[in-house]
Amino acid sequence: MSTTVTFSREIANLLHAAGGTPVSACMQCGTCSGTCPVGDFMDVRPQRLIRMIDAGLKDKVMATRAFWYCASCYQCTVRCPRGIDIAELMYGLKRYTIWKNQYPEDLIGPAFSETFVKTIVRTGRSYEPVLATSYFFTLGLKEMLAEAQNATMLMLKGRLPVLPARIKRLENFKRMIKRIIPIGD
Amino acid sequence: MTQKKFAYFPGCSLEKMAESYHLSTVEIARVMGMELKELEDWNCCGATAYFHVDELLAHTLCARNLAMAEKEGLDLVAPCSGCYKNMHACNAHLKKDHDLADHINFALEEDNLRYDGKIKVHHLIEVFSEDLKEVKAKATNPLTGLKVAPYYGCQILRPRKFEHENVEEPRYFEDLMSAIGATPVDFLLRLRCCGAALIITNRQAALSMVRNLLQNALDSGADVIATACPLCQVNLECYQEMVNTEFGTKFSVPVFYFTQLMGLSMGIPAKRLGIGTEFLSPPAAMLAACRKAAVV
Repeated sequence: MSTTVTFSREIANLLHAAGGTPVSACMQCGTCSGTCPVGDFMDVRPQRLIRMIDAGLKDKVMATRAFWYCASCYQCTVRCPRGIDIAELMYGLKRYTIWKNQYPEDLIGPAFSETFVKTIVRTGRSYEPVLATSYFFTLGLKEMLAEAQNATMLMLKGRLPVLPARIKRLENFKRMIKRIIPIGD
Repeated sequence: MTQKKFAYFPGCSLEKMAESYHLSTVEIARVMGMELKELEDWNCCGATAYFHVDELLAHTLCARNLAMAEKEGLDLVAPCSGCYKNMHACNAHLKKDHDLADHINFALEEDNLRYDGKIKVHHLIEVFSEDLKEVKAKATNPLTGLKVAPYYGCQILRPRKFEHENVEEPRYFEDLMSAIGATPVDFLLRLRCCGAALIITNRQAALSMVRNLLQNALDSGADVIATACPLCQVNLECYQEMVNTEFGTKFSVPVFYFTQLMGLSMGIPAKRLGIGTEFLSPPAAMLAACRKAAVV
């Protein structure tokens, strides 16, 4: 008996963990694509992406950037007549490509997320200046200047933290995280 | 207000970037006679980034906060929509899925905590909206003539499809603005996403989303956009100049937290509400209320 798990099954498993309906329930009505506020910027819209997953087109799905454009606004999720949690599906696909270490290299999303996670694991709180390092140097000169101008303005208004905040019981917190996932040193 | 005491979870943004949201929240809670006890040693809710990397870890972070609130015997209230959504969703998962709860409680032992699913999670705006009579009574300096675009955004409503009958047609933000004497305008895109973290990761997309919202707020005749989320505030206000550069527009739409507007209507001086730390100055009708508040 074959132990091979199909791609559409793997994705269904991701959704099962999130308590969701599998993509095979999709009837291709297109409500998700029509309702998505980022649809115009996606290389593949949600309706088509779901069909591609259902058809097992793994390589094509892995090569798209669509799910990294999802802003997690959940408009598709609340409107899907079949009850598919599409925004959670997008989260699942992001995690899948991070696990497999397979995503288009010029995307900022994966590096930003991983920097964020590392920051929280170290201090228990978020800290904007460190997060900025994950994307600042990927910007073009014009964008870099605009970004620096924004940061200066925020600083003048007293809206940028000088020092990173830290929770008090940090050692307990780190051991707590290690019971879930071996990161945090 | 039925409930008067809550565990307050400010969240990372309110420490500095959105300090004005925190200051104004504390001020109006005092006037409303609501006790907000800041959750001792709270940690980051995980934002969206955690769910991109590891779901179980993301839930564990939220659960630590829930457990600390439960220990105090208090329901949790969060002013940031992102924090609210994460902890509200985590709470629902933990109440339903006992295996998940067991696994997470095993990790929480390291911080001498345990969560038994006994508390509720609220967004700050819901708590104030539940007592409009009281809000109206306290609004002694009403914001007459101020046209407000009530911007719900996403996460205070979604994805609670099965729990909240009004996810597509909410009215409470409008009602709250009316209660403080302002005029809520008919803001069509009030539930449309601001782009959230895409402002960092996919800037072109986010700037275009912000432009659409600003244009729609202007078209609806608003003097100001009111928000209930720090990320919406930053995207709509602090990136407005980038939108102008990108699209050749000339937007100058002020964006304030609903708590700042409520505070002004209660006669609290502008400075104590963090007014003055925004990029774009308040409109005339708000300035008039600021002057009156200063002499109260």
